[in-house]
Amino acid sequence: MTDMLLAWILLAPLFGAVTITMLHLLLHKEPPHRHLYTAIALAGPGISALGAVVVAFESYMHGTVGHATLFTWLDVDAFSVGVSLMSDPLSSAMLLFVAPVGFLIHCYAVGYMKDDPGYARFFAWFNLFLFFMLLLVLADNPVLMFIGWEGVGLCSYALIGFYFQDRANVRAGNKAFILNRIGDFGFLSALMLLFVAVGDHGFTFASVEAHLGAIPSSQLGLIALLLFVGAMGKSAQIPLYVWLPDAMAGPTPVSALIHAATMVTAGVYMVARFSPLYELTENVGYFISCIGAASALLAALIATRQNDIKKILAYSTMSQLGYMFMAAGLGGYSLAIFHVFAHAFFKALLFMGAGAVIIALQHEQDITKMGGLRRQLPLLYAMMLVATLALSAVPPFAGFFSKDAVMAHLFASGHYGIYAVALLTSALTAFYMFRLIFYVFHGEEDHKTATISRWMNVPMLLLALGSATAGVLNLPPLFGGSESFSAWLSLEAHPPHIAHGAELMLIGANLLLIAAAAYIAYRRYGAPGAAREDRPRTAFARLVEGKFYVDELYGNAIVRPLQRLSLWSDEQLNKAAIDRSIQRTALAYLRVGSWMKQYHNGNIRFYALYMMFGISLCCLYLIWNLEL
Amino acid sequence: MIHAYLILALLLFGIGIVGVISRRNIIIIYMSVELLLNGVNLALIAVSSHLQTGDGQIISMMVIAIAAAEAALFMALFVVLFRTRRSLDANLFNLLGERRD
Repeated sequence: MTDMLLAWILLAPLFGAVTITMLHLLLHKEPPHRHLYTAIALAGPGISALGAVVVAFESYMHGTVGHATLFTWLDVDAFSVGVSLMSDPLSSAMLLFVAPVGFLIHCYAVGYMKDDPGYARFFAWFNLFLFFMLLLVLADNPVLMFIGWEGVGLCSYALIGFYFQDRANVRAGNKAFILNRIGDFGFLSALMLLFVAVGDHGFTFASVEAHLGAIPSSQLGLIALLLFVGAMGKSAQIPLYVWLPDAMAGPTPVSALIHAATMVTAGVYMVARFSPLYELTENVGYFISCIGAASALLAALIATRQNDIKKILAYSTMSQLGYMFMAAGLGGYSLAIFHVFAHAFFKALLFMGAGAVIIALQHEQDITKMGGLRRQLPLLYAMMLVATLALSAVPPFAGFFSKDAVMAHLFASGHYGIYAVALLTSALTAFYMFRLIFYVFHGEEDHKTATISRWMNVPMLLLALGSATAGVLNLPPLFGGSESFSAWLSLEAHPPHIAHGAELMLIGANLLLIAAAAYIAYRRYGAPGAAREDRPRTAFARLVEGKFYVDELYGNAIVRPLQRLSLWSDEQLNKAAIDRSIQRTALAYLRVGSWMKQYHNGNIRFYALYMMFGISLCCLYLIWNLEL
Repeated sequence: MIHAYLILALLLFGIGIVGVISRRNIIIIYMSVELLLNGVNLALIAVSSHLQTGDGQIISMMVIAIAAAEAALFMALFVVLFRTRRSLDANLFNLLGERRD
């Protein structure tokens, strides 16, 4: 049964996307059919969500691994790539949040996009995105996974530039697409190397894993590194992260689904998927961990000085992705995936809350112009607070269990430097999140707010429930659980062990820092009579305010020289070299032609002469060669 | 002995070529073509006699027959060409070439 369900899960959103597109093409001249579009747009993700829960339940309870082959795609000699789906525990765990959270965000989008003229276009792309994301998660071979990988990138591009009337949005879409292309180059090269190395035995994840031992270790390291370059692009890590904050130009549901909950975690999923490979290449793993730590710290620092509510959350996402890579790099694959899982709930909720705030304040995104919303929107305040507490890793919310498991793992694996960075980032996280909360919901201001529809409130409530309770899935032994999520995934060969006392101490230290950070945020932004303004006093603060000038650095170091090179090659190479050489060639033919023309004068006598000349040459040739 | 015949044949052939190429009167050109044919005929017969076989002589008989048919055709052609241009100057009949109007 699982096998057939997999096909349904995958194809339902595709069906929705195709149907909406067709209907839109047929009906776009008539008055809008919002209810029709809504029904179709929600049906696909709804089916996927139900199926995903069933598949994950089967996998969790009975260890069922589903396989479904839709058709054979490539079949060349011994090499065969099928459009085959697989639901092993890792895929099932990803399914368990991708499809349901996707469905909830679709519901939310019905309310959020209510008055948008591009309603049908939005849902066509949104459904298509879910299809590609599910393809990426369910694929049983790297080639199919790559198709899903590219597909989500395409949908992300289209949805970032959804309001294409504004050129800045289009540019943000291009930026995301181009930076992802750099990452994809790494991913694709890694796949090719992998195929050359082990492609003789088939090219599914299972067969690749079985033959990893045959690859020389130097090449293995290169493959692992190139794969991670792909993950860097998709999951917004240093140095390819600059697209993520700009991607917030898209509608808020897009930010919630694509740039927080699902697509950006694809890199973590990919590293976990290739965990047997990373088990063999510890140096690359350590490198990944360092990149993750650097990204987490950098993003958290920048987030403390941002004023756009969505950009704060974008940097926060990047920072949390850094945590996931820290864990995955040091062998804690299931912990990374569990953080992905928990993060999907509370980060989606934060984005949806931000969207609700933006709607309530008639498209105001600057938090310094907000305030006092807790009186008008108490429900939204409560839900945002739950998500903030979860993100700041306060017990007993989901983020506490996932993030503390990651940090305990970092500590236990003996990389104290990385652990210290994680601890610092955790405090910074609490600081910028409470800064956001205090700016938006506290204070004395009185704003007129628009009402928030039920379409938006209900999904947020469900996600708030998830954010509050999802942690029980992976309750550590310290709290009487058995880490059942990690046991289900069983990705680690031998997880490092840590004593309960030490773990308690780590948690205590972390909580103390979080409390301190939240208190500082309160004093600065929340307390009655607080100044509520950021004035960069030191050089470092100005550096943070300018986002470390990475965009400017890339612009000056890479984009500008490339542009100049293009202009130069247009003028010098294209016009001077290529165009002129073609013109010269044409001219030469013309000259030869007009020279030949005078011998073609129509006089038979001349033709006879030429013939004679030719025949004479033939005769001479014969005489010489036949030695007559 | 055969050399003399062959040299005579070559002379006839050479005179024919020069005539075809250099003369403008179509009738003279025709006569030069006949010289070409007869040069070849002479060579064929000489070689055939030298090798004591009849092949060359048979071929030359055919060539003579064809030349006779050709002569009849040429006479008709002269008349037609003369009617169109009132002249038999070969340089006037250059329709094959590029038009220079």
